[in-house]
Amino acid sequence: MTNVLVVAEIHAGKPKAATLSAITFAKQANAALGGSFSVLVLGGAGARAAAEQLQGFGASKVLVCEDASLENYLAERYAPTVAEVAKGFGLVVATATSFGKDLIPRVAGRVDASYAGDCSAVSAVDGKLGFTRPMYAGNAFGTLTLSTPIQAATARQSEFSPATPSGGSSAIESVALAAGGKAASRVEFVSLESVKSERPELTEAKRVVSGGRALKERFFELLEPLAKQLGAAIGASRAACDAGYAPGDYQVGQTGKIVAPELYIAVGISGAIQHVAGIKGAKVIVAINKDGDAPIFQIADYGLVADLFEAVPALVQALKA
Amino acid sequence: MKILVAVKRVADPDNANRIKVGPTQIDTTGLEWKINPFDEYALEAALRLTEDGAKNKDRLGEVIVVTLGPPEADATLRSALATGADRAIRVNTSDAALDGRLVAKALAKVVEQQAPDLVLMGKQAVDGDSNFVAQALAELIDYPMATFAATIKQEASGVLVGREVDGGTMNVRLRFPALVSVDLRIVAPDSVYSSATAPTFKYNEGVRFAPLPAIMKAKKKPLDVLELSALVGGATLATQYVKFTAPAGRKAGVKVASVAELVAKLKNDARVL
Ligand SMILES: Cc1cc2nc3c(=O)[nH]c(=O)nc-3n(C[C@H](O)[C@H](O)[C@H](O)COP(=O)(O)OP(=O)(O)OC[C@H]3O[C@@H](n4cnc5c(N)ncnc54)[C@H](O)[C@@H]3O)c2cc1C
Ligand SMILES: Nc1ncnc2c1ncn2[C@@H]1O[C@H](COP(=O)(O)O)[C@@H](O)[C@H]1O
Repeated sequence: MTNVLVVAEIHAGKPKAATLSAITFAKQANAALGGSFSVLVLGGAGARAAAEQLQGFGASKVLVCEDASLENYLAERYAPTVAEVAKGFGLVVATATSFGKDLIPRVAGRVDASYAGDCSAVSAVDGKLGFTRPMYAGNAFGTLTLSTPIQAATARQSEFSPATPSGGSSAIESVALAAGGKAASRVEFVSLESVKSERPELTEAKRVVSGGRALKERFFELLEPLAKQLGAAIGASRAACDAGYAPGDYQVGQTGKIVAPELYIAVGISGAIQHVAGIKGAKVIVAINKDGDAPIFQIADYGLVADLFEAVPALVQALKA
Repeated sequence: MKILVAVKRVADPDNANRIKVGPTQIDTTGLEWKINPFDEYALEAALRLTEDGAKNKDRLGEVIVVTLGPPEADATLRSALATGADRAIRVNTSDAALDGRLVAKALAKVVEQQAPDLVLMGKQAVDGDSNFVAQALAELIDYPMATFAATIKQEASGVLVGREVDGGTMNVRLRFPALVSVDLRIVAPDSVYSSATAPTFKYNEGVRFAPLPAIMKAKKKPLDVLELSALVGGATLATQYVKFTAPAGRKAGVKVASVAELVAKLKNDARVL
């Protein structure tokens, strides 16, 4: 039996979809080995409101720590409280977003936990939790067990569909803010420059259109209309991000976002190992590339050998028809 | 400024699809050892922070590289020394005796001994893809941290870091001593500025390479060896991989001749439109 603590990720008084994926992970861990789960919500004003929206998912408790010092997320400020609460659990987990990947390992350091990052599955192995996770750019999946009294993990969002409400109303309980150490006093949040986009979130979208180095400065001019027509999110290769054609957080791949949409269209992307690692879970992959030998065609379900500057506008027209 | 850079060697990541998987081990025989790319970037960032970009023959600080691994990992340290690091430390151990928690514990001791102003590391080692050690280490040594750094600017008593996060860039200010883990964009021409480097200066894209004479000179730079057990005491491995499997392969599909055919296939065969 392992009781699981889910650390919620919230925005503007609402839980993010990532939180619901972490709840699914917790439920699967409970199903595998028994035990229950609770959810911990931290934040500034609005944390309690977010917590209230998490009462219907079957948690033993929804714990909340609302404090002005938690308004802007900083691991140094969040980790002490999460660690205090985690001491009453066998496993602390969040989704492997930039929030979860930053916070949970720091919490693990604080409670001397071993860690399984970016898990794609959780199961029972010899009376322990078995965590399955991709390694070597998704070229291997390893299943591991952890043997510290408290364990820590993050869940790959694309592998755990958001939990749906299961009825009931979990009790909300406030938890005290735990003081941070020297680290907390030596870090200062300066600003968040957010990239505004009307497109859906990459990790949640049913369709994704990604562009590579070949698009040059015409990245958005070409991809926006296509993405709009399809209701798709926009992604990019590392080369497109490095060159500044697309923002860094559009990067799809081993070291960027992992996506698993129904339809993934790779435009002017060669298909390097690191890029492919992020799209293997897609149901249908389409590649548009002028080089018929580009590696992307080895994994694409449908390949179009063409100049993207002609093919993409033509595709938009054809979809409108 | 004194900077400690943690570097790991990994099996050639560009050929990661050639590893042999399972059932109880991953075999990387035949793949060359390379420095983990993110650690190569961390070293480049450290060198940029300890120089004036326009006069980079003069060193303005000290860069120490540290690795945990067997004697063969000295090659990785020597090449970091040739690239510009001043001295090296190897914590002697077999790779199999390590997990992220032990690496963090050992590095915490090294930090205690060396007392650097800044610890720089990669955001993830691309063999295990864990993305763990930097954050865990920062907690053990009670340092403020900035993970996934795309930019670093040195300030009077710390650094201003631009972190790549979901939805954009988060800027944080850290006061020394501090820890930063780097992301890919850290080696862009305008991502790292020491206080000596002019704000208008632009680096070449990517990392620098060791000139030939430096490779010879690196053989004489200090390389100290410590024992893992001396650093982590009785702590033992707390992760156990019980099984490895290869991913379900994807097969190449069909080539279509036109946009019209593509749309027809997506509608009628794949049924995703
Ligand atoms: C540590 C590390 C981590 C990495 N992580 C990632 C990651 O997470 N994600 C990622 O994407 N990459 C990652 N990379 C980089 C990866 O190795 C490749 O360099 C990158 O994916 C290449 O991007 P690209 O396909 O856009 O560019 P290129 O490889 O340059 O390919 C451009 C393609 O466009 C085609 N093309 C050119 N002109 C046209 C035209 N007019 N019409 C149609 N096609 C055209 C070309 O035929 C070519 O195939 C990583 C690398 C390292 C070292
Ligand atoms: N064996 C090691 N020796 C030195 N540094 C390491 C080692 N393993 C991990 N690191 C550092 O920790 C970072 C993150 O690694 P990981 O958490 O394993 O993905 C790497 O980029 C290195 O900077």
